[in-house]
Amino acid sequence: MQTEVFAPWDDPDQKPLIRFKSVKKQFGDFTAIQDLSLDIFEKEFFALLGPSGCGKTTMMRMLAGFETPTSGSIELAGQDIGSVPPNKRSVNMMFQSYALFPHLSIWENIAFGLKRSKMPKGEIEARVEEMLRLTRLEKFKARKPHQISGGQRQRVALARSLAKAPKLLLLDEPLAALDKKLRQDTQFELMDIQEKTGTTFVIVTHDQEEAMTVASRVAVMDEGRLMQVSTPATIYEAPNSVYVADFIGEVNILSGHAKPAGDGLYAVTWADGQPPVIAASNTPYSDGQQVHLAIRPEKVAISEAKPDAENAVEGKVLDIAYLGNLSTYHIALAGGQIIKAQTANTQRISRRSFTWEDTVWLSWTPTAGVLLDQ
Amino acid sequence: MTRLSWFNVVSLTVGFAFLYIPILILVIYSFNESKLVTVWAGFSTKWYAELMQNEAFLNAAWVTVKVAVFSSTIATVLGTMAAYVLVRGGRFTGRTVFSGMVYAPLVMPEVITGLSLLLLFIGLNLDRGVLTIVLAHATFSMCYVSVVVSARLMTFDRALEEAALDLGASPFEAFRLVTLPIIAPSVIAGWLLAFSLSLDDLVIASFTSGPSATTLPIKIFSAVRLGVSPEINALSTIMIAIVTLGVITASLITKRNAVRQQRDQQLAERTS
Ligand SMILES: Nc1ncnc2c1ncn2[C@@H]1O[C@H](COP(=O)(O)OP(=O)(O)OP(=O)(O)O)[C@@H](O)[C@H]1O
Ligand SMILES: [Mg+2]
Repeated sequence: MQTEVFAPWDDPDQKPLIRFKSVKKQFGDFTAIQDLSLDIFEKEFFALLGPSGCGKTTMMRMLAGFETPTSGSIELAGQDIGSVPPNKRSVNMMFQSYALFPHLSIWENIAFGLKRSKMPKGEIEARVEEMLRLTRLEKFKARKPHQISGGQRQRVALARSLAKAPKLLLLDEPLAALDKKLRQDTQFELMDIQEKTGTTFVIVTHDQEEAMTVASRVAVMDEGRLMQVSTPATIYEAPNSVYVADFIGEVNILSGHAKPAGDGLYAVTWADGQPPVIAASNTPYSDGQQVHLAIRPEKVAISEAKPDAENAVEGKVLDIAYLGNLSTYHIALAGGQIIKAQTANTQRISRRSFTWEDTVWLSWTPTAGVLLDQ
Repeated sequence: MTRLSWFNVVSLTVGFAFLYIPILILVIYSFNESKLVTVWAGFSTKWYAELMQNEAFLNAAWVTVKVAVFSSTIATVLGTMAAYVLVRGGRFTGRTVFSGMVYAPLVMPEVITGLSLLLLFIGLNLDRGVLTIVLAHATFSMCYVSVVVSARLMTFDRALEEAALDLGASPFEAFRLVTLPIIAPSVIAGWLLAFSLSLDDLVIASFTSGPSATTLPIKIFSAVRLGVSPEINALSTIMIAIVTLGVITASLITKRNAVRQQRDQQLAERTS
């Protein structure tokens, strides 16, 4: 796996390609980015994820040079780029709206950036043809942007921003307009291009699945702050806060008070009339500290008889969501809490073992979830 | 097709009659044989022939065209620049004052504009002639261009300029290669507006013209005060013909563009 060898963020000797140093950005008296520090390394595929209005586009625009930080600095390859205008940065951006030049043909759109450099004519032509081939647009090169389909337009925008082979490519929700199938194809295409060209990508997305698919690292943002920056697997399996756990994928949260039980185990009393649940944690918690246990639905097992497990609770099937490959059960406990459990539908015609109103047992191991203090 | 009610038919007829009967009469009488404007004496084109011999009228026509071309070109350049700064410049200090000042001449009585320009030219010791009329016309028609162009710029997608900058174009290149070609239709419309404003301006021209250069409207106006002659009818008919031709051409171009746009769009939808 590429991710196992490629981890420059763990290497203290690595120089980052981009460095945000306590960057703050205000619009009037509204603070869009608050004291943000972040390193992004060469050849990374870095995803920015967060709810609408959390400042993702603002970060991209600061990298591209369309906004200047109110305070703090941004370095590109060790140089402060604060005073460098957008047209002098070796950074290209693929706009959320594509921003194709409507009066120019596809060919000329892609050649636009190359023509602004001192590149000889022959080389420009060769480069544009290469880009057209890469994005499979050869047939459409003579057309204008309004004469091609949405998906083709998106590929033109990508080709145009790739043509200059920038050190850094910014993609602002590049695939938002595409249907799911085309989006997945394009995601793999992007990863392919990234591997071939070695360009550093920063991608903004609303879609957490997309971030998990393409990214080497993911940053989860909220209200102008970075909540967690990690590999997709870490973000999913070891989120550092309830916010991140909740934002990425589905999760059950059991809130209660911790009581150390030795061996890195904690007993969490989380509801009246329920036995405490046992959870393992590397982070120590003191006796009686408020904690939240975050546990993914697919790590909760569901059975008819009481299983022989450390954590087992009884409940009633409230709802079943059939998703094709998976089924999610919503189980109501005696205290009214609802826990989601997910099972894979591995057999084509599976006899459904549980149905509405059935009494079932839920169980999970002490290491199945993470304990969080916020 | 919806049928028009009798009320609509009547209002349409009255409206058009109101607008066009005076012009129609003028055109008909330009082909009148008689020297008396009010008496019809048979069809003839002799006044047109006579007009071609009239040195003073031809000179004035030439001055008018020269003034219109130069002043509308200057006004278009300045007006586009002003619109660009006012729409794009963000909230720089004094923006409100500037935009107010650009639009003020729109509502200023022409007499006052003319008079103040006259005082300026006298103060600068400029001889009144083609140059002063060009400057005066550029001054007042610039605001019209600015209004037309800034209306277009308001709806212009800023991301296109940013994309150009992002791809390494300088701000001027971004304007020349992206913004200008896209807003060109409204810049041309602004030029045409300035051109026609200059063609028929009487008041400001009469303040700023001198003995060395007279424009057609001034010439016609002073000639009419000595009595309407069929020659003037002929001249006016020619002007009407030119204007009509211009309007028809402009609307044909617009129409053709719209049709092409629609066809392209359909093509895009089919291939998507
Ligand atoms: N030019 C501006 N003036 C004032 N406020 C702005 C400006 N640009 C952005 N903001 C504000 O800054 C915040 C962050 O905006 P930003 O565009 O970065 O959000 P985003 O994370 O990209 O959201 P989305 O996912 O909806 O695109 C928003 O609350 C927005 O209203
Ligand atoms: Mg955004």
